[in-house]
Amino acid sequence: MATSNPKSIYLRGIFDGAPFVLVVVPFSLLFGVVATEAGLPMAQVMGFSILVIAGAAQFTAVQLMSDQAPLMIILATSLAVNLRMAMYSASMTPHLGGAKLWQRALVAYLLVDQSYLMAISHYEKHPKISLSAKLWYFFGVITPVAPAWYISSYIGALVGTAIPPEYALDFGLPITFLAMIAPSLRTVAHIAAALTSVIVALALAWMPYGTGLLVAALAAMIVGAEYERRSERRRA
Amino acid sequence: MNMAASQIWLIIFFLAIGTFLIRFSFLGLIGDRELPEWVLRHLRYTPVAVLPGLVAPLVLWPAATGGETDPARLLAAFATLTIGYFSKNILAAILGGGATLFVALWWFS
Repeated sequence: MATSNPKSIYLRGIFDGAPFVLVVVPFSLLFGVVATEAGLPMAQVMGFSILVIAGAAQFTAVQLMSDQAPLMIILATSLAVNLRMAMYSASMTPHLGGAKLWQRALVAYLLVDQSYLMAISHYEKHPKISLSAKLWYFFGVITPVAPAWYISSYIGALVGTAIPPEYALDFGLPITFLAMIAPSLRTVAHIAAALTSVIVALALAWMPYGTGLLVAALAAMIVGAEYERRSERRRA
Repeated sequence: MNMAASQIWLIIFFLAIGTFLIRFSFLGLIGDRELPEWVLRHLRYTPVAVLPGLVAPLVLWPAATGGETDPARLLAAFATLTIGYFSKNILAAILGGGATLFVALWWFS
C-alpha cells in the first residue's frame, strides 16, 4: 500500500480532516458570538472552547447560564448532550484500545464528532491497518480541525455582535450533521436505525435535559443491530 | 449575565472534566480487551443512532425562528441529505445545503 509509513498516513488524515475546517469555523465563530453576547469575557469563551471542546454542550451551557439555571442543572444537561461521546469512545475501543495510556487520553480529549466519524469510517474501510497507522490517521484528521475550532471562537468573541442574524449561522450545525449522516446510510439497517432515532427523539422531545435523545439513540442502535442480525440469518 | 466569574469558571472546569471522562470512559477502562460480538454489532450503528435524533428537532423547530417550522431551513436540510446520500461527499453536501439555505431564505423573505 502506498500509505504505509507514518508520515503519509498522517498527511492522509490531515487531507481528509481539512474539509471539516469549513464546518467547524462557522459553528465555532457562532459560539464566540453567542457567548460574548451572553456576557462572557474572552478568557471564559476560550476556556470553554479549549478545555471543553464540545460545541453542542458549550451552547447548551451558555444558554442555561443566560436562563439563570442552577449550577447542577447546567452541568447535568450539558454533560447529557455529550453522552453520545461515550458511545464514540466505546466504538473506538476495538481499534485504539491497545494504545498507550497517554495516547488514549489524548485521543479522548480530541474525540469530537468529526474526528470520530472520519476515523471510524477509515478503520472500517481498512480493517487490516496497524494500531500506529490508526493513531497517526486520527491525529492527522484532528490536526486542522482543533486549531480551527480554537481560533474561530476567538474571532467570534472579537467580532461579537457584528454578524447579523440574517446569515442564519444557527443552521450550520444541522447542515453539518446531516451531511455527515447521509453518506453513512449504506444499508437498510443503517436507514432503519436513523429513522428510529428521528421518530423516537421527536416523540420524546418533551423529556428534560436531552434524556429523550439518549433513549432514541439506544432504541436506534438496537433496531440497526437487530435488523443486521436477522438479515444475516436469512442469508445463511 | 448575572453570574460571578468564579462560578462560571467552576462550570467550565467541571464541564471540561466531565466531558473528558465521558470521552475517556471505554477507551481508558477497557483498553485492548476484546468486546463481545453483540456489543460491536450495536456500536456499528452509533453515528446513525445519535446524530439523526439530535438534528431532527433542530430542523423542525429551529431556535432562531422561536421554534416555528421554517420552509427555508426544511428545504436546506432536505437538499443536504439528498446530495450527501447520492454523492457520498460530505463537503459537497454541506456546500449544497448552505447554498440552498441562502437561496431559500432570500426566496421566502
